[in-house]
Amino acid sequence: MGSRASSLLREEDIEEIKKETGFSHSQITRLYSRFHSLDKGENGALSREDFQRIPELAINPLGDRIINAFFPEGEDQANFRGFMRTLAHFRPVEDNEKNKDLTSGEPLNSRTNKLLFAFRLYDLDRDDKISRDELLQVLRMMVGVNISDEQLGSIADRTIQEADTNGDMCISFSEFIKVLEKVDVEQKMSIRFLH
Amino acid sequence: QEGLDIIILICMLLGISFTVWFTLLLVFIIVPAIFGVSFGIRRLYMKSLIKLFEWATLRMERGAKEKNHHYHQHHIFTIIITLRGGAEPEFDMSDIFYFCRRGVESIVDDEVTKRFTAEELESWNLLTRSNYNFHHISTRLTALWGVGVLIRYGFLLPLRVTLAFTGVGLLVVLTSIVGLFPNGRMKNYLSDKVHLMCYRICVRALTAIITYHDSENKPKNGGICVANHTSPIDVIILASDGCYAMVGQVHGGLMGVIQRAMVKACPHIWFERSEVKDRHLVAKRLSDHVADKSKLPILIFPEGTCINNTSVMMFKKGSFEIGCTVYPVAIKYDPRFGDAFWNSSKFGMVNYLLHMMSSWAIVCSVWYLPPMSRMEGEDAVQFANRVKAAIARKGGLADLLWDGGLKRGKVKEVFKEEQQKLYSKVLVGSSEDGSSS
Repeated sequence: MGSRASSLLREEDIEEIKKETGFSHSQITRLYSRFHSLDKGENGALSREDFQRIPELAINPLGDRIINAFFPEGEDQANFRGFMRTLAHFRPVEDNEKNKDLTSGEPLNSRTNKLLFAFRLYDLDRDDKISRDELLQVLRMMVGVNISDEQLGSIADRTIQEADTNGDMCISFSEFIKVLEKVDVEQKMSIRFLH
Repeated sequence: QEGLDIIILICMLLGISFTVWFTLLLVFIIVPAIFGVSFGIRRLYMKSLIKLFEWATLRMERGAKEKNHHYHQHHIFTIIITLRGGAEPEFDMSDIFYFCRRGVESIVDDEVTKRFTAEELESWNLLTRSNYNFHHISTRLTALWGVGVLIRYGFLLPLRVTLAFTGVGLLVVLTSIVGLFPNGRMKNYLSDKVHLMCYRICVRALTAIITYHDSENKPKNGGICVANHTSPIDVIILASDGCYAMVGQVHGGLMGVIQRAMVKACPHIWFERSEVKDRHLVAKRLSDHVADKSKLPILIFPEGTCINNTSVMMFKKGSFEIGCTVYPVAIKYDPRFGDAFWNSSKFGMVNYLLHMMSSWAIVCSVWYLPPMSRMEGEDAVQFANRVKAAIARKGGLADLLWDGGLKRGKVKEVFKEEQQKLYSKVLVGSSEDGSSS
């Protein structure tokens, strides 16, 4: 934990982040301390190595995909705003905050946005659809060497068959939403942030 | 003529004040250190500090922070806890949510990386270095902090530095003298006394206030003493209450001088850099030492690196393979008075010692646990874990399976492979597995 880390974060920034993400003031300062402690190079931004230094994340089979979600297209550094924006997807949905002080669009932690986060984990080339190949690759990450190619292939085929409605052998975002309409996404894709 | 008088006067005054100062030092600190008694000055100091911190805390509007101390054993090898309540094995696109959630949870807070930085305090102890979220609250508090700086740097630090030099200097000189004696009971007796005295002076040099519990379990000859490691000061704390044979690598410079002097008085185990890699050689020297009952118990820190005193990390099994009695010791520091943790990636040794000597005090508790031996059918790793759990329990520290080596190195691939294996079982069920395993 850096000393005086919170003094590097200005009040205006905190207010903006609050509006954009819905986190409280103390949550933002606490997460800033965390951001600062992960930032070993002390340059105000996190690199992929900074994330990989977390052992529990390094042993997560989808660790690399999750880390990738924090980096915008083609960039190698994640600043604090980006960090908070990505974390905001995992904020629990509270009943009393429907459109309280958020200016435009949906809140980052809405059901749709949570599903979009998960969709992007599958969608390796960011072309807004999950091809059979991409699904296979992600499955392979999750199971390692323990399942044969044929078995994995048939799992992928079955999954696409069930989800694909327009016959293009790929899963689009709307098809993804349809498949998971019965799943309690709000609960499964939320984590508890200490106040 | 007048100028000369004034100069003479000034010299006399300096001489007198220096003598007074040194006499006070001698009477109140060094002599008690020699005999191992205490006037209780340090405890009084500690009590007043506590009252001061309590007042400072009340002054600050700080809501109770949620303390997340889970002192139970984490079975951290199972990321996937309950995947789907008993549904048949098959893939679901929502499976990714579990990995996702655990991943992001570990980004927000994880059990390991925080063990390598200083523990966060609930209230401010008027030291700038532990000032995380406390900004300027009131002028009175800031003034108090200013006074604290004056006292710590203007009075305590010079005092402590003087004592430190005295302690180390005496150690080197006296052990060399004792080394001239022929081997025998007299030499051992003198060596013990000399070591104890010098370590006690060093303890006072740090204003360390130590409470020893269960001294009936103190380590005996022919055994190994293992303790959790927070800082190099651990050695001073333990060695001022008992006599141990130290183990370590040969250093150059001042450290080397001290090591060479110490080993003249009694057999410590110093390894050359090249010998450290040879595990058999290390094990042999340690076994030879414990076999000789006239030699002192060995002091070892099996974590291999400094941890921040909120947890105990994996013990290296080397010392547990030797097959002698192990005397576990738990050391817990009170972080309110000064953080003893040495973050070696951030601060060098000199910087660290300066931090230590300009803190309020080092307050800690030492528990001597009952001796343990390896049981039938237990291997070295299991024995090590059993000892570790006992130490963690006694000291109120979290018992972690993670390796302290993660401070510097990467986690092994095999742990990720275990997670993948677990998930595969969920996908295809454990029996029908048509793959290479």
